[in-house]
Amino acid sequence: MSLADYRYRDLIHRCFRCGYCKFPTSYLDVNNCPAYARYRLESYSTGGRLWLIRAWLNDEMEWTDHLAEIVFSCATCKNCTEQCPLPFSQDIVNMIVAARCEMVERGLMPAAVQQFLENVQRHGNPYGAPRSKRAEWFQGTDVEQYDGQEYLYYVGCVGSYDTRARETARTLAHVLKRGGVSFGVLGDRESCDGNDVAKLGEEGLFESLAEENIEQFKELGVTKVVTLSPHAYNAMRNDYPSLNGTFEVFHYTQLLNELIKKGTLDLSRGFDARVTYHDPCFLGRWNGEYEAPRAALRAVPGIELVEMERSRADTLCCGGGGGNFYTDFLGGSEDSPARIRIRQARDSGAQVVAVACPNCMTMLEDAAKAERLDESLSIRDVSEIVASALE
Amino acid sequence: MDSVLTSLKAIVGDTFASNEPEELYVYSRDLGTTEPYSPQYVVAPRTTEEVQDIVRLANREKIPLVPLGGGLTLAGLVMPLKGGIIVDMKRMDSVIEVNERARYAVIEAGVSQGKLVAYLHKHHPTLVHSEPGAPAQATVGGNIAIHGQGDLAQPYGFNSDMVNGLEVVLPTGEVCRVGSCSVSPHWFTMHPLPDLGLFLGWCGTTGIITRVSLKLYPAKRIRDSGQFVLEDANLVPDILYRISHTEMAGDLIAVNQELPVPVQGLHIISIFIAGDSEEEVEFKRRLIRLGILQEYIRRGDGGLIGLSAAVRPRLPRRPPISTIQDIKKGGGFEYVGAILPVDTYPECCRRGADISSRHNIAYTLLARVIGSSHAMMFSWSYVFNRADPETVRHAREALFESDELAIELGGIPWKPGVYGQKLILERMEPNTLRLMQQIKALLDPNGIMNPGNWEVSECPSQTTGTET
Repeated sequence: MSLADYRYRDLIHRCFRCGYCKFPTSYLDVNNCPAYARYRLESYSTGGRLWLIRAWLNDEMEWTDHLAEIVFSCATCKNCTEQCPLPFSQDIVNMIVAARCEMVERGLMPAAVQQFLENVQRHGNPYGAPRSKRAEWFQGTDVEQYDGQEYLYYVGCVGSYDTRARETARTLAHVLKRGGVSFGVLGDRESCDGNDVAKLGEEGLFESLAEENIEQFKELGVTKVVTLSPHAYNAMRNDYPSLNGTFEVFHYTQLLNELIKKGTLDLSRGFDARVTYHDPCFLGRWNGEYEAPRAALRAVPGIELVEMERSRADTLCCGGGGGNFYTDFLGGSEDSPARIRIRQARDSGAQVVAVACPNCMTMLEDAAKAERLDESLSIRDVSEIVASALE
Repeated sequence: MDSVLTSLKAIVGDTFASNEPEELYVYSRDLGTTEPYSPQYVVAPRTTEEVQDIVRLANREKIPLVPLGGGLTLAGLVMPLKGGIIVDMKRMDSVIEVNERARYAVIEAGVSQGKLVAYLHKHHPTLVHSEPGAPAQATVGGNIAIHGQGDLAQPYGFNSDMVNGLEVVLPTGEVCRVGSCSVSPHWFTMHPLPDLGLFLGWCGTTGIITRVSLKLYPAKRIRDSGQFVLEDANLVPDILYRISHTEMAGDLIAVNQELPVPVQGLHIISIFIAGDSEEEVEFKRRLIRLGILQEYIRRGDGGLIGLSAAVRPRLPRRPPISTIQDIKKGGGFEYVGAILPVDTYPECCRRGADISSRHNIAYTLLARVIGSSHAMMFSWSYVFNRADPETVRHAREALFESDELAIELGGIPWKPGVYGQKLILERMEPNTLRLMQQIKALLDPNGIMNPGNWEVSECPSQTTGTET
């Protein structure tokens, strides 16, 4: 590998390793970078990672499994982008993803990443589950296949296969129905949106997935997409247009908020609880949508919405971004970001953590169990809270 | 597995000890111009007991230990010059006690400056500590080990003057407390032996600081600042002396820099004041503006921006963010700081600009007044492009020349790198050097603590006729 071939060769040496990337805006603690929080060694900080990437590209370092683990442990949460004071801050995550691309291109990646990508390549999902099972989540419901309805409801891999996320997917479908939204799903014709494939550095596979999705959407006459996952929302909103796939893309919380504002959903049953909202990175920091989920929650009678000390652009990532919900480089410790985050939620005094991402749901539920907080703190999707409030 | 690594992992847990090439690479490199030196191990302890175990292990194995805080000294002070174990202290980051009435905080040494600022702001908004203006992850323990300077320097001095007590793991593994905490449960003063002088400034060569009691100061409700701008460097010492005489300023900083072009050749004296009421702030403003600066303004020596109720800058509560290192789009910056008499300011500026010019680096010169103009911390800064070895070489040479200049002008390089340390030791009065050698030999019999720094054992041992 040569530095000369690297996309950010003129940029990567400019990281000073000042360490702002580890903090939230308040500076309350040094652990707002999920990988650094987990390992607390400089090699796992954003600055350390960039210096290692440059060393590898410069042939100062051999590739090792450990180097790859460090490079792939970044959750692509963009806390570094928010905090870095230098003019290249918007490219920090891109620099890491570009290094992953170089590794993937050479087949130099951790086994878990390889498994993830192979599964997506072969089966259209990271779990390696058959495509035929992709439609199981809505069996027995009145959800219809997409056939020209106003919205394509894109459920994504986690919503289609993960047991807990399937519940959320069904609940959201129910809420959309109650809101009178005209929508359909792709069922077993749906394929991976590719967001995490791209963040793991497999550009070719991402393009092929995106192009396949775009082609199918166009064939079906899709103009509006509502996604369950912020990851799919991010890919379709920001990356598909450059591949000639321009659709009106909504995260479901945006649609719910509109329905609530129009008075289409009758929430008079309410939801009596103190609720805190955890911002998913691909909705918040990646797309600047902090308000729609909060507005939806505030509209539910009985909810006392409390903020965690770190919220919005200062949210600590659950550690599930950038493929880590599957590869799990950040799990297995009381310093795992999801466990730190769930303790932050506890400290807010909330009884319920509202999430708007199936990855966050899984990460935080597991963390609540590990912290023995699962009886005092429940994790609920925003759509589930809205569904509970429906009269 | 390597037996030392096995032992380190047994002490701190698997995650926090490593001898993998990736950790060794990252910890072998300073952010400044120092050449890389590789450690053999990296370890991140969480408790004083873990630090003790690491120190005992290092003594058994005769392996060097290099304590590291934020790793931001720039001068290579936490580089493993002779290999060994880097002890990353940043996991020891608990705030243990804040005594509001006695105005002190007891903290673990790895607490970052950013965290302490945020903690006090949240829990004790009437108190502040002296924040050094370094990036937020600089640690308090690391800062005071190199003396440190920052906010509140004009009234109160260096950060190491603000220490009420220390807990230190000695090079042989015992825990030692210095200050009132060695006698009493209260960490409120460095007495009974404030001149013990064994740890502050020694850069970890005499022990690993694990806890610190730091003096806190009143957080004033209103902050204001003004800039007095002039061309004649020769007037600056007089102005600083006279402003410090009023005892109205919180900080006094003079800057002379080549970029941006509009400020080239100008000396900008920033005057920071604070108060709890508009009346108090206005009183201070008037005393400085009318009592001191008006005379210079009338003579046409300079002009004042701010220090007026009509022009109130928004001063951030949190540490300032410096982006100087990116001026050359090269990610590199290092400076020599030196403690000097304020009278040497014009010479420091003139000679500093010459050094910068020789090395084709835009000059950036700064003087922070320490105490009542008792001294200044003068810094010569040099940016470089990390990807261009020639600019790194120039910056390194400029730094060496600045060390030499500081010594020539009768100053003391502050947090000096190895080159500056050598210059100091070469000129040190022989009995003082001998005392340092005896202290070092007594405390660190195996010579394991941050070797290569303050390397008094390599200096010729001698006494003078003044010995009795």
